[in-house]
Amino acid sequence: MYEDFLSSIAGVVGADQVLTGDEDLVPYGFDGTAVLKQRPLCVVFPADSLQVSGCVKLAALHAVPVVARGSGTGLSGGSVPVEKSMVLVLTRLDKILEVDERNLTLRAQCGVITKEVDDAAGRFGLFYPPDPGSMKISTIGGNVAENSGGLRGLKYGVTRDYVMGLTVVLPDGRLVELGNKCVKDVAGYSMKDLFIGSEGTLGIITEVLLKLLPKPQARRTMLALYDSMEAAAETVSAIIAAKIIPCTLEFLDRMTVGCVEDYAKIGLPTDVEALLLIETDGHPVAVEDETVRMRDIALKFGAREVKVAVDEAEGARLASARRQAFSALARVKPTTILEDVTVPRSELARMVKFIRLTAERHRLLIGTFGHMGDGNLHPTFLTDERDIEEMHRVELALEEIVEETLAVGGTVTGEHGVGLAKKVFLKRQFSEASYELMREVKRALDPRGLLNPGKIFD
Amino acid sequence: MATTLKQLDYSVLQQCMHCGMCLPTCPTYVETKRERNSPRGRIALMRSIADGETQVTKSFGEEMYYCLGCLACVTACPAGVNYVELFETARADVERKGVLHTPQRGFWRWLTLEVLFMRPRLLRAVGMGLRWYQRSGVEKVVRGSGLLRLLPEGLRRLEPQTPVMSAVFSNGLIEEVEEPVGVRKYRVALLTGCVQDLAFAEVNRDTADVLLANGCEVVTPSVQPCCGSLHGHNGAPELAMELARRQLDLFEVESLDAIISNAGGCGSHLKHYGPLLKEDARYAERARLWDSKVRDVHEWLAEIGFRVPSAGCGVEEVTYHESCHLTHGQKVVAAPRLVLGSIPGLKVVELPESNWCCGSAGIYNITQPEQSAKLLKRKVEKIAETGVPVVATSNPGCHLQIAAELKADLGNKCKSVTQPVTLLAQAYRNERSGGVVNGEA
Ligand SMILES: Cc1cc2nc3c(=O)[nH]c(=O)nc-3n(C[C@H](O)[C@H](O)[C@H](O)COP(=O)(O)OP(=O)(O)OC[C@H]3O[C@@H](n4cnc5c(N)ncnc54)[C@H](O)[C@@H]3O)c2cc1C
Ligand code: SF4
Ligand code: SF4
Repeated sequence: MYEDFLSSIAGVVGADQVLTGDEDLVPYGFDGTAVLKQRPLCVVFPADSLQVSGCVKLAALHAVPVVARGSGTGLSGGSVPVEKSMVLVLTRLDKILEVDERNLTLRAQCGVITKEVDDAAGRFGLFYPPDPGSMKISTIGGNVAENSGGLRGLKYGVTRDYVMGLTVVLPDGRLVELGNKCVKDVAGYSMKDLFIGSEGTLGIITEVLLKLLPKPQARRTMLALYDSMEAAAETVSAIIAAKIIPCTLEFLDRMTVGCVEDYAKIGLPTDVEALLLIETDGHPVAVEDETVRMRDIALKFGAREVKVAVDEAEGARLASARRQAFSALARVKPTTILEDVTVPRSELARMVKFIRLTAERHRLLIGTFGHMGDGNLHPTFLTDERDIEEMHRVELALEEIVEETLAVGGTVTGEHGVGLAKKVFLKRQFSEASYELMREVKRALDPRGLLNPGKIFD
Repeated sequence: MATTLKQLDYSVLQQCMHCGMCLPTCPTYVETKRERNSPRGRIALMRSIADGETQVTKSFGEEMYYCLGCLACVTACPAGVNYVELFETARADVERKGVLHTPQRGFWRWLTLEVLFMRPRLLRAVGMGLRWYQRSGVEKVVRGSGLLRLLPEGLRRLEPQTPVMSAVFSNGLIEEVEEPVGVRKYRVALLTGCVQDLAFAEVNRDTADVLLANGCEVVTPSVQPCCGSLHGHNGAPELAMELARRQLDLFEVESLDAIISNAGGCGSHLKHYGPLLKEDARYAERARLWDSKVRDVHEWLAEIGFRVPSAGCGVEEVTYHESCHLTHGQKVVAAPRLVLGSIPGLKVVELPESNWCCGSAGIYNITQPEQSAKLLKRKVEKIAETGVPVVATSNPGCHLQIAAELKADLGNKCKSVTQPVTLLAQAYRNERSGGVVNGEA
């Protein structure tokens, strides 16, 4: 019954751009999320917006669900196929179309790798601030669809803050253009915002228009080591209270520091309770001034030691402690489940402590690291999916962590999105009416539920 | 060692969290942008076979042989996935199931894996025959006659690149035991390899000289078996084990301070006899001891603090191509550069993408001529970008592959391939003949 569909899709993209063999489909059955997998009906590689539109139209005609996929690095199951679906891989839409130096914008196709966006900006002395840990692999379309964040989020914000315009293929195949290069634009509803963070459920983003910033002239990095989580959290509050906005304020807990040291041998003491990575950038004079003030604040609030990098190279070395956190943890056990809860910054110390106690209560290994400045925590469960009993305890612990997050006014995801992994929790975070509003929007745009069905909500 | 994916320790497969960090470093994925051609895609296929969801098919077999085994993914992988074990087991499974079998493929596998590379004396005899063939004029006659059409396609394409065989092999150049000039500080064994031995026996001589110049007594058994890397990487683990046992029998491992390899690919395999023989009660322990002593020659030189030569090597500028298995397999990255950098008057120009595979990859250039040729082209273009006349590398496979292409690439300023130890050996020699800092060697 799918023969007609497959041959008409081949008519749009070319027969060699449609895959249906077992060996071709299996590797598209998952994304970066642990445990989830499902084989699709076919995998299709369109080359441009028009082909995307053509594919979506045919899918609508044959009632085949469509799952958009960038590089499949998502951590909430967003691009995990649904049964008998067409996976639209967008990595062939990989051209940077324009860098507009006069307006500080960049236009790119959705399949461009995030780092290439930043590199292209760099050639003009500009930069693209959002820097997710996956930037060497993830696509800019995937970043917009997940509204990704990064290490510079505290000062520079997340992907949403840099999207000025989008080209989107709607669920019926129509192509629309939203937004423009105007810094100020209040004409009508802010439609582009609807698609940012929509995880491929409302439309397929084929082009993005991004805002760029001038590169900061200087940067300084330091590491502060603590004997207590509270002291680290107080340092963060004190820095913010001193009206300093560093670009990066990241932390690692004891377990993560231990794993990083084991793996990367940076020379960190393994008996610290918390470690903060602090980075400031901007005008050299301001950077120097802020570096000194933040070091003093850290020491005043109980840092055991503060290492200030003498130059960029040493800064990069210190920052690698944070950059390698996930990797180092992933080596410990066969299955690594990375979570993504976010709380108001005032609740950080309490939350981190709660996670530690939860781990103890359920006899689990959980390493926590994250974006301290943003309140975004990544408790990371180190387990083995074959150990059914332990996996059950993982579920219980996760449940408790999410409940606590919501109790202190937090959110179930800070940057990885809802996808499949978080949809049971989403309902709890929203009131009945606001949850229903989201579903109404989905129904209005995609009445037959063909775009990434079953993601975000059932 | 497991010989099917189902026997494999499942946690090795599970260790891959499909994060995709390996994707941009994988030459086959970068070429096609298809997940099945990526490390995480291949691991997913292996896992689905282990899970019984899919079978070992021809298509799977082809995928496993499309992988270069370059191990760039191992360097990139944050989770520490043991891709070497996965890859070798998968290829062994493919061979056991015979999904790629054709009579011709069977013949060539038999001839190379089971005959030539199991019998070092025969291999040398063939090498000698080949030399006679190349030198006597018969080669010209045969090329003119059309007889070569009998060779399989991949080999036919490579025939003009057949390495010129050394006039003498390592056993004609190196005594079984050689004493250092001054004080004896270490006792080491030198592994002569098979391809290095046949095509670049002088590199083995150079390696011995460099070791002697650094206070090492050098033990070099005259007839050494192949290390078995060819077999391990090509789905023949039993033969690889057999060769490892022979190697262990040949050396007095206990009495040695180090066992020196100068070929990236061999060294990477030689350091893993322990896991290979872990179920062999008689050899397991000895294999572990062996592993702890195997060193790449550059690694060893850096470790013992080698003597900086006072003369130059006759070359003014060099760039360095990293062999995959030296850099990704053995993680020996800085030491060869340290060796080159120590030579007076030698400027080392960094090669862009120096650790990107050149496409040689064992016998990949025979089995996958197309992809191999693409990688080779990319490599020589990068070499041309440096504008340097000499490129050094430390693996006979890369050496042969790059040399053949440079010869054909007329516009390339780089004309010569050498190995870092050769340049160091030359510098030591020049010291003795009156300290040439540069110029004529
Ligand atoms: C090692 C690692 C580190 C990470 N670090 C971070 C981090 O620091 N911050 C962060 O926010 N995330 C991080 N992530 C998560 C992930 O990289 C991001 O969510 C990223 O934006 C996904 O991009 P992708 O191209 O891989 O998209 P995919 O995973 O392929 O898709 C993600 C979602 O977007 C949809 N989608 C993809 N492209 C389009 C499109 N063009 N139009 C419409 N929908 C589309 C998919 O359907 C899916 O729902 C990390 C992941 C890994 C593996
Ligand atoms: S980098 Fe390692 S863990 Fe990540 S997908 Fe590749 S092999 Fe798997
Ligand atoms: S060994 Fe090389 S070719 Fe094979 S998957 Fe790894 S990076 Fe790719």
